[in-house]
Order: sequence, then structure tokens, then C-alpha cells
Amino acid sequence: MSALVLNNLDISYGETQITHSISLDIAEGESFALVGESGSGKSTVLKAVAGLAPQWTGSITAFGQPRSHGIDQHFAKHCQMVFQDPYGSLHPRKTVDAILSEPLAVHGIGSQNSRVEDILVAVGLDRKFRFRYPHQLSGGQRQRVAIARALMLEPKLLLLDEPTSALDVSVQAEILNLLKRLRREQNLTFLMVTHNLPVVSFLCDRLAVMRHGRIVEIADVAELKRGALKETYSRELMEISVAHTG
Amino acid sequence: MSTPLLEIDNLRVTFPTPKGPIDVVRGISFTLGRERLGIVGESGSGKSMTGRAILKLIRAPGKVSADTFRFDGIDLNKQSEKAMRSIRGARISMVMQDPKFSLNPVMTVGEQIAEALQTHKRLPRRETQQRVLSMLEAVRIADPERVATLYPHEISGGMGQRVMIAMMLIPEPDLLIADEPTSALDVSVQAQVLDIIDEQVKRKGMGLIFISHDLNLVSSYCDRILVMNTGKIVEECKAGELRNATHPYTRGLIAAIPRLDETRDELPVLDRNAWAAK
Repeated sequence: MSALVLNNLDISYGETQITHSISLDIAEGESFALVGESGSGKSTVLKAVAGLAPQWTGSITAFGQPRSHGIDQHFAKHCQMVFQDPYGSLHPRKTVDAILSEPLAVHGIGSQNSRVEDILVAVGLDRKFRFRYPHQLSGGQRQRVAIARALMLEPKLLLLDEPTSALDVSVQAEILNLLKRLRREQNLTFLMVTHNLPVVSFLCDRLAVMRHGRIVEIADVAELKRGALKETYSRELMEISVAHTG
Repeated sequence: MSTPLLEIDNLRVTFPTPKGPIDVVRGISFTLGRERLGIVGESGSGKSMTGRAILKLIRAPGKVSADTFRFDGIDLNKQSEKAMRSIRGARISMVMQDPKFSLNPVMTVGEQIAEALQTHKRLPRRETQQRVLSMLEAVRIADPERVATLYPHEISGGMGQRVMIAMMLIPEPDLLIADEPTSALDVSVQAQVLDIIDEQVKRKGMGLIFISHDLNLVSSYCDRILVMNTGKIVEECKAGELRNATHPYTRGLIAAIPRLDETRDELPVLDRNAWAAK
């Protein structure tokens, strides 16, 4: 079964149409990347799936269930999002414990104590961090909390919006390893937005290149590794990336 | 290389804490000619503090001390705050990380760049205006007349960073410190901005200190690299020889970067305890 199917998705902010007939079919357990420059609409696609950009036409279907335009609790249970900036995405006045317990309270799930403990182990955070505030944690630790929060409801699909671009390379390696392990252990499906092609190469199975709100090309990561992307624009992106990583 | 532009010996930056003073930069020494020097390290390694210390921008209660601290024959240790003000901008300037927070939101781009020039030079208004426009052109802004009248919120991040560079370069400084000038930008825009910095530095024969956490970026835009960890320089090498770096910290940083043709199943992670104790 497909984890996520987008069909002719047109997303608008007010008068401005951001994406033009985006269609994707992501299999269960797959790790899929959306790449492109800023302004290409890649984050907007994630936001629409997460329910943060409700003005869309077309269809979004996750695990066979169509998504409504409003707040969708059933959908939220299967699909969670991790944001780019670990400094901005955690509530500054809530402890790690409160941040992690909140989704459970919203969905009326019990045994909060043991679940919080388990998830901290899963994302590799020591127990001593449980009652700390975000400002007492480093960037990498915060991103671990953000990932833990997304995993609290045991979702099957994780939306990742540039999960490592705010982090140092050494911390990025830790978070990428963590995401890879979690995906294997919990059989997660990833939809990740990034502009970093080497990260795609490490973490993903397939990628879609976006430009001006349209999908230019969908390719296997094997093709990216071989440098065999077909479209001119995808090749340009690749060349920039190669020039930088020399 | 003739007399160095910048000579630093045993630079320390100290902050007091309830548990006693903490050194964030612990006695580093280097010299800089009219060349491009990269300083790399993780967050907390003291690389930005080093950049700020050169401009004496560390605010109290932070303290800067150095045995030798000389810029172009001027002893920076002895300069008063007032004297520093005529060095900052005019002789040494700094490009900050994020154009969103570093530009004045209530002044137009043109006014801000003009202000940077007028602070250090008295010029007729028409000539100032002329210099602003040609500077904007130099940082590859296509329509300088129009862009000069825009406010920072009306321009993109990449354009904002180019405006910052224009502002920093218009007084024609001898040394440019770029502190993560592109980490708030897209990869495709990043390359453009770095090329502009590079072009300007080469044309005017300035010295450049390029501070970044991105080893690859630094190695492709600099001549020489200093690697910093916990306030100390752990390795110094030519940019082209980075691949042969010997210090385990540098090697760890290089290995942690995923590659485009990645085959490793897991990325090696730095073992911080191994040398943090030293």
C-alpha cells in the first residue's frame, strides 16, 4: 500500500498559487526527498500534508485515507512533522517532559510516564534531560527532542523539513544516523525536504526535484549517486553540490 | 609575504561565570597576510569569538587579552574605544551571518550603504550616491537604482547578504571578516555570494578571514585553514592539503560529511570525550 499519494495538488497562499499539480506516490517504508532551491514550493508541499497550508485543491491520501482540509486528528496520529529550526520549534516555557507528553494528552493515550522514558532512550537522550527546558539543551539535543515529539504518537509517516540544516556537520551526522536507525526499527516512511543532495544520498531511496512549484524530475537515489539525473535543472543542482563538496 | 596584516599571539577571550572565569578562546596565535584564511570548527569552538575579538567587539563582562595584537602596525591592545571606531568598518569590517537581523529594517538599502561610507569619509552627496550604486553593481545586483530604494524586508535573503557585503566593502577595508556569511542561504545562492566575496577580496587585495563550520566550503574558498576545537587551534594546514589532515578532530569532521555518492551505512560520529579533556 502507498504511504502517501498526492494527486494534482495545487497549493495557494491567498491569491498566489505556490505549487502546480504535484503528483507523488510514496510507498510504505520508503524514504523520499523533495529537493530544490528556496521558493520552489518544496516546504509548502510538506505544510499542506501536515495541515499547515489548508488552501489546496487536488487530493492528499495517506495509507488509503483521504486527508480533510481541516484539523484531522486521525491523520495526525499517522503523520507527524519535524521542523527545520530546533531553536524555534520547541516551546521555550515547557520542559522536555511536558513537550513529549502533550501529544499523548491530546490523543487521550495513557501510560505517559513509560512512553516518555522509552522515547528518550530511542532517540539517544539521557534521562537527566527529561525535566530540562529547551534553552538548557544544545542544537543537536533539541533536534532529538523534536524528533522524539514527532514519534510520540507512533506515526507511520514522518515529514522532515530540512531536519539538519541548522546543525553543525558533526551533529548532522548524529541526527542522520538516528533518523536512519529509527526508520529501520519502526518501519517509518520519510518525506524529507532538503537542499543538501549528499544528505539525500545518505538517507533516501528516491527524490523529486522541484522548481517554480512544479516537479521537474523524479529519480532513484542510485541515479543521483551515479550523477545520472536527466533534466538540465537537476544536473545544475548537482553540479553546484559537487563544486561545494569537491 | 611582506609584513603581516594581522599578528596575534596568545589571544584569550574570557567570560566570568558563577563557577569562575571560563576561557572561550584559549591562547591562540596566528598571523595573516593579504590572503584568505579559513577558521573552521563546531559551535562553541570559539571561532566566532576570535573574529569578534579582532574587532574588539566582545562586550563586558567578557575580556580579551593577547601578548601581541597588531593590525597593520597598530597595536590593538592600546586602542581606546573611540580609536577602535575609526578602525572598524574603515580598516577591518565584518559580514555577519544573517541579513535578516543585521540590516536596519527602517532604512532603505541605499541609505544604509551610504551611511557606512559617510561614517568614515566626507564626500559630496552625488559622489556618495554614485559609489553606492557602483558598489551594488559590483555585488551583482542587476538593478541598483531600484534596489537602493528598497527596504530590507522587500529583498530576498541572498540579495540581503549581497547588500551586507556591499556595505562592508564600500569603505574599502584592508581586512574582511566573514562570519558564516552564507549559512542562512540556499546552496545555489551560497556559491554566488562566495564568488562575489572572493572576487572583491582578490581585486582589492584584501585579507579575508572566513569563519564557517563547513570544511568543504572553507577549503574551496581559502588558501589556508585553521581548525579550532574548544578554544584552541588544533590544526593548521593549506586548504589543498585538508585531505591529509592529521589531527583526529579534523579527520572526524571530514568523515562526518555525507557524500553525493554515499555508500556508508552509518556516518562516523565524533567521540567528544576523546580530546575534550585536554
